[in-house]
Amino acid sequence: MRRPRRPLFLARLPYRRRRLRDAARLLPVFGGFLFILPVLWAPAAEPGAEAGARLLSSDVVYFFGVWAGLVAVSAAFAPGLATTQDEEEED
Amino acid sequence: MGREVLLIEDEENIAEAIRFILTRDGWQVVHLAEGRGAARRAAELMPAVVILDTMLPGASGLEILAEMRSNLLTAHLPVVMLTAKSQPRDREAAERAGADRFLAKPFANADILAVVRELAAGRKTGLGPSGGAAVA
Amino acid sequence: MPFNLLVLACLAYVVFLFCVAFWVERRAYAGRFGWLRSPLVYTLSLSIYCTAWTFYGAVGYAARSGMEFLTIYLGPTLVFIGWWWVLRKLVRIGRKHRVTSIADLISSRFGKSNALGVVVTLMAVVATTPYIALQLQSVVLSFGVFSNAADSLDAGQTAIWVAGGLAVFTIIFGTRNLDAQEQHHGIVTAIAVEAVVKLVALLAVGIFVVWGLAGGVGAMLDRIDASELSAWTMQPGRWTGLIFLSAAAVICLPRMFQVMVVENADEGHLATASWAFPAYVLAMSLFIVPIAVIGLERLPDHANPDMFVLTLPLHEGQNALAMLAFLGGFSSATSMVIIEAIALSTMVSNHILVPGWLRLRPQAAVADDLRGVVLNARRLSIAAVMAMGYGYYQLSGGSAALASIGLIAFAGVAQFLPAMVGGIFWRGATKAGAMAGLLIGFVTWAYALFLPSFGPDAVLSASLLAEGPWGVTWLRPQALFGVAGMDPLIHAIFWSLMLNGTAFFVISVLTFPSPVERLQGAAFVNVFDEGSGAPRRWSRGEAEPEELLVMAQRILGDEEAQVLFESEARGQGKTQSLLPDPTPEFISTLEQRLAGSVGAATAHAMISQLVGGAAVSVGDLMALASESAERAEHSAQLEAQRAELARTAGALREVNEKLTRLSVQKDAFLSQISHELRTPMTSIRAFSEILAEGDLPPEMVARNGRIIHEETKRLTRLLDDLLDLSVLENGKVTLSLTLSNLRDMIDRAIQASEQVKPEREVVFRRDLMRENIFLRTDADRLTQVFINLISNARKYCEAEFPEIRINLRMRGGRVIIDVIDNGRGIPKDAQSTIFEKFTRLPEEGRAKGAGLGLAICREITENLGGTIAYLPGQGGAAFRLILPLRLDLGAQGQGG
Repeated sequence: MRRPRRPLFLARLPYRRRRLRDAARLLPVFGGFLFILPVLWAPAAEPGAEAGARLLSSDVVYFFGVWAGLVAVSAAFAPGLATTQDEEEED
Repeated sequence: MGREVLLIEDEENIAEAIRFILTRDGWQVVHLAEGRGAARRAAELMPAVVILDTMLPGASGLEILAEMRSNLLTAHLPVVMLTAKSQPRDREAAERAGADRFLAKPFANADILAVVRELAAGRKTGLGPSGGAAVA
Repeated sequence: MPFNLLVLACLAYVVFLFCVAFWVERRAYAGRFGWLRSPLVYTLSLSIYCTAWTFYGAVGYAARSGMEFLTIYLGPTLVFIGWWWVLRKLVRIGRKHRVTSIADLISSRFGKSNALGVVVTLMAVVATTPYIALQLQSVVLSFGVFSNAADSLDAGQTAIWVAGGLAVFTIIFGTRNLDAQEQHHGIVTAIAVEAVVKLVALLAVGIFVVWGLAGGVGAMLDRIDASELSAWTMQPGRWTGLIFLSAAAVICLPRMFQVMVVENADEGHLATASWAFPAYVLAMSLFIVPIAVIGLERLPDHANPDMFVLTLPLHEGQNALAMLAFLGGFSSATSMVIIEAIALSTMVSNHILVPGWLRLRPQAAVADDLRGVVLNARRLSIAAVMAMGYGYYQLSGGSAALASIGLIAFAGVAQFLPAMVGGIFWRGATKAGAMAGLLIGFVTWAYALFLPSFGPDAVLSASLLAEGPWGVTWLRPQALFGVAGMDPLIHAIFWSLMLNGTAFFVISVLTFPSPVERLQGAAFVNVFDEGSGAPRRWSRGEAEPEELLVMAQRILGDEEAQVLFESEARGQGKTQSLLPDPTPEFISTLEQRLAGSVGAATAHAMISQLVGGAAVSVGDLMALASESAERAEHSAQLEAQRAELARTAGALREVNEKLTRLSVQKDAFLSQISHELRTPMTSIRAFSEILAEGDLPPEMVARNGRIIHEETKRLTRLLDDLLDLSVLENGKVTLSLTLSNLRDMIDRAIQASEQVKPEREVVFRRDLMRENIFLRTDADRLTQVFINLISNARKYCEAEFPEIRINLRMRGGRVIIDVIDNGRGIPKDAQSTIFEKFTRLPEEGRAKGAGLGLAICREITENLGGTIAYLPGQGGAAFRLILPLRLDLGAQGQGG
């Protein structure tokens, strides 16, 4: 049964869902940027050159940190996206 | 012409009973067990009376009657309709289609004999009195 | 560790997987899915992305190239957390169109072109066969680590045992059912178990290394910085290119497509997998660097870094851990090979073998048992894929060429990317464009990457590699168009995808798609718009439903097809008939179901054989277009209101029709009863009057008396039937439930019906073994149903050598009994009314009986909690009886 409801209240939920979808679409772009970012850094510890070089261990920590962060954010999004599966798609 | 009766009835036992009753009274009974080709047979035979069952395999009694009435040769042949349905609607349909008499099953032997005799006698004058004692 | 123990553990593990798969298949068959269809199992099954190449090779990769191994897992991570873009659409399309493989997806999108299907299939086979060989090699290598000189196995022999075993396993569990959409629960669960094993194994080795050998996280990080790995420098081109490549591969790999799209049981699972799968690969790669670092530190210089996962625990004397690691690697290799073989064999059989067979024998579509053909084609393909993997291993076994084959395969399958992604997002993509892109990309890949990978002078001569064909330097395989000095892998990926994408786009823009292509394109691109998903492809009513059923039975199997047709008939509001009307919607549904078994192109070809050509015209397209335009004009509100009104009006009309029908039925019923009663009474009255006259010869008296007696019996029988029917219809019947043997009931019924036309010799074909079951039901009533059915068959089957077949099988808690004769069957227009009271077939005439037999049958079965229906398409008249095995009185009278 569809009957008109108060528009202000009605619009909130779908609006939130759409923004969540936008966020979900943007997440891989953001993640891709973070994964490729190290390309721009100074090369990691070159053989022989000690000064100012980054350590491999910090690279490892960086990548796995970003990775875990992406998984966490994605996990936070997933339930909200899954429930909107059957509703009308695309804005 | 003559004393021939065309009987179109698919129930064997009923046909046998009618044949027995009429034969004893001097009629020659020609029996057909199904509706297909019945109207043509009537035109060939030109019997004194046609006894026609309503529910027949092949073609229904009403269809046969309509076919007979549309043929000049058989249009005036006296027809008795037999029916096992009791509803007034069936009777009206039979009368509209041009049946001269209407006998509901089960009928008395005397009734069918009387109807055949009466129709055969009144044949020249076209339609006999409708209704009548014979009609149940 | 004794080598025999290893083989024993391996065998025990395989037997265990067998049991898991078998148990799950049984559960699924019984309809108890439960956790079988959980997001967890789905996510774990996706882990076949991590093959032995990950399990063993990643450590070696890290030891050689530092952090670069991460790219292989970062790409898929991005694809999965971005599932809202591509994966969601792929899975929806896959489910809606019952896609069986990636070749089927591309062929189906571009107008169900089988040529495209063939090309994609061949490309997939060429690109992934070496990959299968790589898995075999890893198993052989890992065996080699354990075996010592005394009892070492011949490597080739190990490989052949592994390949053969996997082929058997895959054939047993991969080709049980035909419909690719609904199957492989056993395999998928076994894969999920293997996913757990490999994760646990790798984590165990990692934890042992970090806390057991390195002394904690802090110490580990120090050792990482101190190791030779820190000499690694990031090459921006390779880094970015490989992330992109692995992202493309995770969508395009046939095995990934198989588990991700084809085996997907519920779209909602994708939401869970979107984070759980990245988490899984993260866990898999977490300890790669520590294992590589400690391995380089502790093991002798000549040790193969690819085997560190095994050799490190062995070296430290941790035999149990090494065994676990071995099983983990074994799991990775076997699960990949099994799924890859299923995916490839589906493609090979659906796009090459079956269409070829149908082309050789066009009449086979309706004439033969296609189901068996397709299943055998699939089994054959699995064996062939395995044999090819083994053959490739033998040819190039142990060579360095295998080490890089993972990335080469990735680059090969990535050629599907433009056609696939372009196809589902861009309506302008055409078949010619897809074909051009695929071919150019494939040729470039083969020329610039695949063939050179065998090494100089193996396939391509050294001079060709160095100077280009005929000395044309800008055609040098690893420096196309003069781009020299690039990393060969990145060079090949860049050029192949570049040329592929360009050709795809340019040719698509220049060519014009056929109507079917345009319809399919619209259906794929707009898959989320309700309604346009299954476009009308067929014009109405040219196919005989019975022929369609016969064909569907040959592909889906009798039971599947009948269930489908029945539910469709119910959907059309037909309660008695099993045959739905051949509406365009129904034919489209049927086509999609068939496509789930034999692929879209073949299904389309077969249906058009019966329906009379693909009936898509430009006019249809215009109609479709204006329909959607119209839809857009109306607001959702208006639409909803109109639908509501239409529904109400429809409901009212239905009720009205039903009332009218009931009243007409009641009149007709009374009139019929009157007729049936009066007919025998007429004879009785006439003959009794004749007898009453009293002047008959004795033999006439006797004869008339017999006729009267016969007619009285007929009258009594009729009254009995009527009373019976009225009691049954009102549900007031008292059933005496007992546990009775079905075979006994059928025996009794056959005996009782022998009095009908006793002169006829009727042959019964029964399955006495299966009939020997006990039903909790009312035995007398049920026997009556069998008597009626068998008597009818005896009475009306006009075959010269009449034969009555009684088939039986169980489904769920019900037993299905088919009673089939070999006569002419019941004409289609009469099938819907035979269960009504007083229905007789036209030619039946005034045979004995009042036409109440089947009506009584129906009432009895409904009282017994079952159903009875006419089963079309069986050759003769056929009736299907479905009864509960255990009738419980609470459900009594409620019917089916």
